[in-house]
Amino acid sequence: MPALLKRLGQALGWMPAGFFGGIEVPDRKLTANEPIRDCPVPDVLILPMKQHIGEQCHPCVHIGDHVLKGQKIAATEGYVAAPVHAPVAGKVVKIEEHRIAHPSGLGLPCIFIEPDGSDKEHRYDPLPDWNTRDPAELRERVRECGIVGLGGAVFPTFIKLVRDQHHPIKTLILNGIECEPYLTTDHRLMLEHADEIVRGLSILRYMVSATECVIAIEDNKQDAVEVMRQAIVRAALSGVRVLAMPTRYPQGSEKQLIESITGKQVPAGKLPVHIGVLCQNVATARAVYHAVEHGRPLTERIVTVSGEAMPRPGNLRIPFGTPVRFVLAQCGLEDIGDGVHVLHGGPMMGERLRSVDVPVVKATNGLLALYEGQIRGLNTEEQPCIHCGHCGEVCPIRLVPNLLADHCRNDAFERAEAYQLFDCIECGCCSYVCPSSIPLVHYFRYGKGQLAQIRRAEAFAEESRRRSEARERRLAREREAKQARRRARKASQSAKAEGGET
Amino acid sequence: MPIVSSPYLHGGDSIRLTMMSVILALLPASFMAIYLFGWLAVFIITVSMISCVLTEWLCLRWMGRSTKPVWDGSAALSGLLLALTLPPTLPWWMVLLGSIFAIVLGKQVYGGLGYNLFNPALSARVILLISFPLQMTTWLMPMSDPRAAVDLYDAAVAWSLFCSGPQGIGQALDAITMASPLGHVKTEWTVGVGVTDALVHYNYSYLNAFLGLEAGSLGETSALALLIGGIYLLARHTITWHIPFAYLATVALLAAIFNSIDAERFAPPMFHLLAGGLMLCAFFMATDPVSSPVTPLGRLIFGVGCGILTWCIRTFGGYPEGAMFAVLLMNCAVPLIDHYCRPRVYGHSVDRDAGS
Repeated sequence: MPALLKRLGQALGWMPAGFFGGIEVPDRKLTANEPIRDCPVPDVLILPMKQHIGEQCHPCVHIGDHVLKGQKIAATEGYVAAPVHAPVAGKVVKIEEHRIAHPSGLGLPCIFIEPDGSDKEHRYDPLPDWNTRDPAELRERVRECGIVGLGGAVFPTFIKLVRDQHHPIKTLILNGIECEPYLTTDHRLMLEHADEIVRGLSILRYMVSATECVIAIEDNKQDAVEVMRQAIVRAALSGVRVLAMPTRYPQGSEKQLIESITGKQVPAGKLPVHIGVLCQNVATARAVYHAVEHGRPLTERIVTVSGEAMPRPGNLRIPFGTPVRFVLAQCGLEDIGDGVHVLHGGPMMGERLRSVDVPVVKATNGLLALYEGQIRGLNTEEQPCIHCGHCGEVCPIRLVPNLLADHCRNDAFERAEAYQLFDCIECGCCSYVCPSSIPLVHYFRYGKGQLAQIRRAEAFAEESRRRSEARERRLAREREAKQARRRARKASQSAKAEGGET
Repeated sequence: MPIVSSPYLHGGDSIRLTMMSVILALLPASFMAIYLFGWLAVFIITVSMISCVLTEWLCLRWMGRSTKPVWDGSAALSGLLLALTLPPTLPWWMVLLGSIFAIVLGKQVYGGLGYNLFNPALSARVILLISFPLQMTTWLMPMSDPRAAVDLYDAAVAWSLFCSGPQGIGQALDAITMASPLGHVKTEWTVGVGVTDALVHYNYSYLNAFLGLEAGSLGETSALALLIGGIYLLARHTITWHIPFAYLATVALLAAIFNSIDAERFAPPMFHLLAGGLMLCAFFMATDPVSSPVTPLGRLIFGVGCGILTWCIRTFGGYPEGAMFAVLLMNCAVPLIDHYCRPRVYGHSVDRDAGS
């Protein structure tokens, strides 16, 4: 009934539009009052060749090269990609495979840089007069500076900054929701660098010529709401609203936030630009500001280092490539005991690190040390589904998670796809509420992986068939030609013979 | 090694908490049963719950499975639910038999908790009803009835009745029993008496039916006690409003329409709502998570289906009460309902091919 009343309220305009489902998660923002502090530079930085969604980069430096801070060290010709820059000045000591924070546990080629202690820096031309420049030029700058979505999805930012005749962008949303428990990077960033975020907002707005801007912040961060409002007044911007959104996980998910603010849903398989919306994280906006006004590429980020098992939690400014082990040591966690687990990212969508020798990358928004008892799945056993339907009630995209998980578990992947498996955003609400402790999201990942493999195999088979058919055709053609030649030869021979007789 | 991947947090809900909350919600109805039928209610509830749990344990042992699920509370809940649907005169061995049916045929043959197609308690009750039609439709006069001939608050009397039936206390069955309102109306109609007259003969009052001071199964009589439990479950979010609302509204609507057409042939809506096992079924049986749909639309359809069937069986069927048959029949349709009633997924504008 409450859901019905809510729908009614929304239809009549009494209530702010929200998104469907969602859950209340514990806040646990231990570091909300910890000012951002600098993480020292380690002895060696490890920079993976892929820190974004898309194509892998290739090194454009060699072993032994000296690089400057901010110098591009890896890039690719691919479109969906972001180059990698050196976070410090130093020497490239080796380029080899190293393990990264990825569930597969596999590694990636990485560039190892030994800092030389100097602060020699390479910068692109500052463009303080950006509002007279061509947006395409600014877009190229954003691309060149390796900026990706810093909320955690690490999608290359420039791709979303298009001016499309058919889909003009009306609403620009800055996402300062940060709905994951523990994480406070965006919160601290808004408190300490509000003006830079607002400058970034102005640049983004200019680039896509958005008519209205919204800065969305969860209402558990009232101080940030206040600070951002003041920053907007200082910047004398018009048409910018700061919205305090109800605290509800996963409010910060792009699709859900867009639904909350505009009441519209992003069509399946499309980008938000199709409904005239651009959504960017506040940290991304700040990175855009640095790239455009100061010509500084993305080489560091704020990371929340927290968790009940962390002796000195805090918000650290960390250069990419810093080993997680080094960061943890800075916060007092020297050696990780048996009962402690380290998570990369938030507790809802992050992943447990099997090794802390992986580097901090663009996607690292949190490093959490939790006790074993706090980890779901380590002390609970999966029980049979009792079809209570709570998973469907909290699913923000309205899947029927229990049936979907059944199909995945039974390897009925076609069925699972028909049940919209690929629309799952893996927010984890279903697993969170499941009374049977079923790892639903785990089954969905399994299903997605298996389906992807099936698709690849199908594509391969199709390609093989095509090639084999082409070969058959070619052989037939050759045979045909040979026979034709033979016939022609015979014909000419017999003609000659006849000619000889006459 | 347990599967560990995100999310790493859990809300803390568990099967045991869910089952315990339903048992808690059934306490008002259980106390009402004890108030109405004294020690007899205590005996039936105890025997039923204990034998259900025991049967579950034995089944799991025989199958060589872990006996841990015995403690998840689902068997105890089935036992309690079954007890509340039983007439108070039932001898102990029928209660025991019903419990074994509930666990073995209602649950374990399907693979245990979560896999049963039908509600275990209801399927056991139907088996009992078919096997022992007389005993299963014999209603004791509650202690609230001034004509009550047996003192059920006396443990010894109740125990003899429970063990050896009316003979044990030197009474004829007819002397201590009466018809239930639903049964009364049905029999009267077969001899040509209209609903209004039948209810007058019965001394029927809506207030008594609401409070539960009528003859009936142990836990089915008091709509008030069941409502309290149902509201608790709704507030705790163990169940959603869809099934009870759709179920009760459908019965009331059908009854209202036909009652306005012919008040002598068709009973009024309030009579239907308060009579028989409807309240118990609407809040506790039809909402059994395992055997009901998971989607909101599916739940509404399920509730409406239960409502139509209940009213039809009560009005046109051979049995006076149809709620349990209705729920069991709709249980069969649950997988189909679930498949076709999936909600529109975020960002998908048109209904996708549901038949895929």
